[in-house]
Amino acid sequence: MSLPPLPLDAIDVGLHVPDWRAAIGAAGAALERSGSTAPGYTERMVGVIEEFGAYVVIAPGLALAHARPGPDVLTEGLSVVTLAEAVPFGHPHNDPVNVILGLAVTTGDEHVHFVAELANVFNDSSIIPALAAAPDAATVRSLLGIAEPTGEQATTEDKK
Amino acid sequence: MKIVALCGVGIGTSAILKVNAERALERLDIEAEVTAADIASVKLAAADAQVILTSSELVPSIGKTNADVIIIDNFFDLDELTAKLETALG
Repeated sequence: MSLPPLPLDAIDVGLHVPDWRAAIGAAGAALERSGSTAPGYTERMVGVIEEFGAYVVIAPGLALAHARPGPDVLTEGLSVVTLAEAVPFGHPHNDPVNVILGLAVTTGDEHVHFVAELANVFNDSSIIPALAAAPDAATVRSLLGIAEPTGEQATTEDKK
Repeated sequence: MKIVALCGVGIGTSAILKVNAERALERLDIEAEVTAADIASVKLAAADAQVILTSSELVPSIGKTNADVIIIDNFFDLDELTAKLETALG
């Protein structure tokens, strides 16, 4: 029941983007950099918003960019992008957006395990402005309560 | 009682809405089954549901339904969810 790993590669702080497409693009690029997704996934996240509208803006200032599982999801992943200037997504209540979470999952079920954790973190209404104001990636990670990845994680398999 | 948490693709936002709706129902001491669904499956999922929780953006896609459609602005705001569920179910 923990959030997926969030390497510093998957965090981009204080970006300048012209519009929501570029904001989603940045969240997708961060997922790609961290090894979670192949490029097609970013386009599919944009496609979800084109098809269904800005419902991914689920709280004031926050967009949860995501698409269905698919072959372009290499491993479950999370990315965080914060914007220097907020951009509108077209949501009637929660615009403009300055924090974008990128989410990639390999199956629907797997996702449900850490969504409760995500809800725990974001039920605190001060978290979105705090993330938006974070000066660097390490601060973002600590605000989300995600520990720094260590080499020890990889040894679980070896112990068998 | 059955409640459907609806999003576009059935992962992510609907799962968050489901988790927080369950927390709000616990506050209200109301027993209900909350199911996450996407637009493609909502007709079936909501056939016997009392309430559909969703974003204003998705309301036009639901089509005809007998369930009460409740629009949630902030999916993380348990006060909003609790108040709106209380009004719909109380």
